[in-house]
Amino acid sequence: MAIEWYLVLSALLFATGVAGVLIRRSPLVILLCLELMLNASTLALIAFSRMHGTEDGHIYAIVVMVVAACEVVVGLGLIVAMYKRRIPIDVDEARRLEG
Amino acid sequence: MVEVAFFAGAIGALASAIAVVVLKNPFFSVLALILHLVSMAGLFLLLHAEFVAAAQVVVYAGAVMVLYVFVTAYVGNVDEPLADHIRGQRPLAILFAAALFIEISVAILGTGLKALGQEGPVVDPGFGTPEAIGELFLDRFLLVFELASILLLVAAVGAILLAGRRDKRSDRAAGQGPAAATADDPSVANAGGDR
Amino acid sequence: MTVAAWAWLVLLAPLAGSLIIAAGFRVLSKRAAGWIGTAAIGVAFIAAIGTLLSLLDLPAENGGREVVSTAWQYAAAGPFDIELNILVDPLSVFMCLVVTGCSTLIHLYSVSYMTSDQGFNRYFSYLNFFVFSMLLLVLAGNFVLLVVGWAFVGFASYALISFWYRRSTATAAGMKAFVINVIGDIGLVLAAFLIFREFGSANYLDVYHGAHDTLSLNSGVGIAICALLLVGAFAKSAQLPLHTWLPDAMEGPTPVSSLIHAATMVTAGVYLIARSWPLFEMTPTMADISAIIGLATLTVAATIALVVTDLKRIIAYSTMSQIGYMVVGVSIGAYTAGLFHLMTHAFFKALLFMAAGSIIGAMAGLQNIDRMSGMRRALPFTTLMLIIGALALAGFPGTSGFFSKDEIISVALERGGFYTIFAIGGYIVAFLTAFYSFRIGFRVVAGRPCDEARELEQGHLAHAEHVNPATGEPEDTDVGFPGSEHHIAEREMPMKIAMSLLAVGAIFGGVLQIPGVSHVLETFFEPTFEGSHLFHIVPSASSAWVGLAIGAVISIAGIALAWYCYVARPGVTLKLRDRFSGIHNFLQHAWYFNELIDLLVYRPLIATGRFCNRFIERFIVDGIVVAATSAVRGVSGAVRQAQSGLLRAYALLVVAGVVALGLYFLLVAGS
Repeated sequence: MAIEWYLVLSALLFATGVAGVLIRRSPLVILLCLELMLNASTLALIAFSRMHGTEDGHIYAIVVMVVAACEVVVGLGLIVAMYKRRIPIDVDEARRLEG
Repeated sequence: MVEVAFFAGAIGALASAIAVVVLKNPFFSVLALILHLVSMAGLFLLLHAEFVAAAQVVVYAGAVMVLYVFVTAYVGNVDEPLADHIRGQRPLAILFAAALFIEISVAILGTGLKALGQEGPVVDPGFGTPEAIGELFLDRFLLVFELASILLLVAAVGAILLAGRRDKRSDRAAGQGPAAATADDPSVANAGGDR
Repeated sequence: MTVAAWAWLVLLAPLAGSLIIAAGFRVLSKRAAGWIGTAAIGVAFIAAIGTLLSLLDLPAENGGREVVSTAWQYAAAGPFDIELNILVDPLSVFMCLVVTGCSTLIHLYSVSYMTSDQGFNRYFSYLNFFVFSMLLLVLAGNFVLLVVGWAFVGFASYALISFWYRRSTATAAGMKAFVINVIGDIGLVLAAFLIFREFGSANYLDVYHGAHDTLSLNSGVGIAICALLLVGAFAKSAQLPLHTWLPDAMEGPTPVSSLIHAATMVTAGVYLIARSWPLFEMTPTMADISAIIGLATLTVAATIALVVTDLKRIIAYSTMSQIGYMVVGVSIGAYTAGLFHLMTHAFFKALLFMAAGSIIGAMAGLQNIDRMSGMRRALPFTTLMLIIGALALAGFPGTSGFFSKDEIISVALERGGFYTIFAIGGYIVAFLTAFYSFRIGFRVVAGRPCDEARELEQGHLAHAEHVNPATGEPEDTDVGFPGSEHHIAEREMPMKIAMSLLAVGAIFGGVLQIPGVSHVLETFFEPTFEGSHLFHIVPSASSAWVGLAIGAVISIAGIALAWYCYVARPGVTLKLRDRFSGIHNFLQHAWYFNELIDLLVYRPLIATGRFCNRFIERFIVDGIVVAATSAVRGVSGAVRQAQSGLLRAYALLVVAGVVALGLYFLLVAGS
């Protein structure tokens, strides 16, 4: 398969993730959609790495995975903290900074 | 043969991605994501990225998603309402996402890079193996490796601070605490937060 | 020392006094402040004498006695070059002597008169500052410095009229004086502008020596300049129609009235007209108008002085009338006579005010002559001083006032023709002057002693409730109001000394200019008035003596009539008042000038102001401002909609931005 198939697929998955982030209201699901976007970019990285014939892209992809893991950890920690303080788990509730 | 594998993986990834976005129950979304990750691993294998594929399954699908499952179970299933009270958010979101996809596709397909139209150079069997990755990590990308480790450490400490156990003692020591600092018992099956 | 050095000493000694007292305002004791103030003016007087003597050493011809001394360059921009310079010539030295001489005596008087006042130090600082300003005015060598001195004098007058600042009538009077003074200032400043434009310089010598060449006879510019100078002069000297402030200015302490509103400040206008004689001789029209206004003022003021009952106000109207004489004098060319009258008037008017201060002290602050009578045994010294002053005012033969006033009239007669009217008017008003001088004199000293007088004969100074003499409102004696004690001359040595010296001047001052015998002043003033064709109009000795004889008869007749009305047949005037109540009312209200100004000036201005406020301010000015603010508020309100606080909305905007950016790059790359 030509590389561009993978790239177009990655674009499609990325767009799906964006739509999810904008549409969903639960922070948990928003984080999941963020994972989608990260994965899409990982796919693109791997594809380009295959195109170049070097493994630099793979390294990059592993680092992306590390970052994603950290981000998930912190985000879920926030959600747990919110739950413990009986703050509603809904991004639309946090709007004190409205003008 | 490769095409079949590609399309199988692609359809699986796409379908589960859509499922993540669409399903109302967060738990089902989590499961859909796990499926998505596995499909992606398959696609990675097609691209000769063996180590990354394995890491994807073991670390991502294995550890990170488990975290998700735990938290979803803790927080509980909260069904989102159907209607969106931000005017035009849903149609606009889909519109912009579609626009984004079209732009990127145009950029990719219309590019002058001829290499994209091909399958890639012939690689020796050692491509993408753990040895190759390990060599790179300790050779050219040593700094990256170290920084990634520090990042993981910071994240771990941060997570503990964020969601650490708060009993009355540590609240008083911190000098402040939420007014309702009694939510210590996780088994209270409260229906999440109020709307 | 040189003339210039003496002159600077004259100018700066009072300033130093004022600043020292002001700096040590809280720490200096009253004695110290009083003596520092008096000493400063004393030094100035001695320096003035020094200036006189050193000036007389200089040759009189060819401008030898016109000394200009420059301190530094004041303002220079393009063709505009003003220096801080003083002109020392006979006229300015004469004024300095009169000002410092009278001021020293009045300071001496004030040391006792104001003893119990809580604002004593402030008083002396202001008074010294006033003397400095007046000296600056007379010593100024150019029109710019004149304006500075003019304005300072106006301020000093305001500060001293409203000295008892907690008295509402005093502050209102101070403001009235200041506003009218400002009108004069405007006239003076505009005149200075025109002069600078015409002559290219503001220095006196440049302007006056060049007047004959630059101005043509009765030219438009000349008339404008002189008219504006007259506005300034009349505002300061309380001539019609800018005179309404002077009677109200009697709200100030009596020594202030004596210094500022009798001897010095109000004579500044006369000085200005005399100083600007070249300009006025080139525009005879304005000189004549000035003389006519002077005549009108002296008549109106004398008639009012016949009926008002407040002692200080009678004397104030009398001042207005006498200054009218001086204005007539310097406007018709009788410069020596007019200035001579300025000097003698300073003596006897200051003396009269001092005597009035003593009498008011004896009456425990009361100023109404209806309540005063028979003070001769209780206040012997004051009575003597009062009579001397009244005699000089009335022009009794032999007194200084006799010679000075009648000289003006004889010059008018000498010029003849149109100017005879000034002589006739002068004689008629001289009769009225004699009458009202002894209206005061006889009402206060003759007759049966009033209660306060009787108390004083027992040796006990009367006390009364502290009230505002005009309105009767109760007051206390803290700072801002008069002090608790009243002082009379009989008990205070400084007051006695001051009054005695002035009395000597009032009686014997006439020797300076006895027609046909002495002409000290005329010779002295010669250098200043060189080139004037009017200065040398001197009546022959015989016609002068005829004039003096007529004057003597008129003055004695006036005094005799006053004797008849107030001593021989008291009550006659009351019957007259009842019969001619209309005229009496008219005079009592000072010819309704205040009401006229209210109608013609004040009300239209207020109406205009209200109209502007209601329409222009509200709709146009506010409209523009409010429109601008509401436009901004509207726009910001619209923009604020974007700040919804909702995370997803922001995320949407971010994605929209990325899409737009991508589109841009695609388009750029494609083209």
